[in-house]
Amino acid sequence: MAHAATAGRVPERGLDVYTQKVGMWVFLCSEVMFFAGLIGSYVVLRFGAADTWAEPGDVLNVPVTAFNTFLLICSSVTMVKAFAAAQEGDQRGIKLYLLLTTLLGATFLGVQVYEYIELVLHKSWQGSHGFTPAAGLYGATFFTMTGFHGFHVLLGVICLAWATIRAWRGHWGADNTHGIEVLGLYWHFVDLVWIILFTIVYLI
Amino acid sequence: MSEAGGHAASAADDHAHEHPKYMLIWLYLAILTILEVLVAFLAIPKWMIVVSLLIMAVWKALLVALYYMHLKFEPNRLRLVALAPLPAVAIMIIAIMMEYV
Repeated sequence: MAHAATAGRVPERGLDVYTQKVGMWVFLCSEVMFFAGLIGSYVVLRFGAADTWAEPGDVLNVPVTAFNTFLLICSSVTMVKAFAAAQEGDQRGIKLYLLLTTLLGATFLGVQVYEYIELVLHKSWQGSHGFTPAAGLYGATFFTMTGFHGFHVLLGVICLAWATIRAWRGHWGADNTHGIEVLGLYWHFVDLVWIILFTIVYLI
Repeated sequence: MSEAGGHAASAADDHAHEHPKYMLIWLYLAILTILEVLVAFLAIPKWMIVVSLLIMAVWKALLVALYYMHLKFEPNRLRLVALAPLPAVAIMIIAIMMEYV
């Protein structure tokens, strides 16, 4: 019956990509709006109260964060290398690059935690000891933006660890690359957002 | 070739393009990051620093989106999906700028 009902119809062409990839891109579109809202709020608050913001390097540790940015950039290249290895059916490459990406992501989080501890315990800001989320608009916006990004990194690291475990079980290969590609899209997006945040929050 | 046939071929050739030079892109990203940190502390007018930093940040973001996220090699229709939120972001940026003009 169903066949009779659809007989003669030309299948719709769609987007020419598989469903999970389209789903991830639609999700990333919503993420663009989420982070654009955060950054927009930051810009409005900062320019509305410029005298309550520190100059680059006065409070935040730019060299450490630049190193962290470098780590995330390295994790992006290892992620895309993992995908390339999967396309070529290179099992050793899949395992190696997924593991490296997971470790680099986890190291990024570790450095961010170290940065938070240093700020909260050892920095002074506008007469009070400790730069915390309660330290005026500057503190609130800084911890909100970097915290939400860090949460995204944490989710990514958890998914990467799971994908790495599956790699050791031989799950990925030339005939099964979609999971790595979709996870890679998320991971590169997290890197892309950090590129913008690093510039706006730490350097400007 | 029929539409259905084209779809099947397209799915099969999902990643038929050659791999971009991933390590070269990584090198660009690393160099731009170093330049950003150097520019941020230059003794030049603040507006020049801000404009330079924003240009480099957008440049880096484009490198990631085009090469690592493979947007450069995706069908136009998927690129449109990826670009969909940008008009809304542009409206927001213009609205924010109006606050200070």
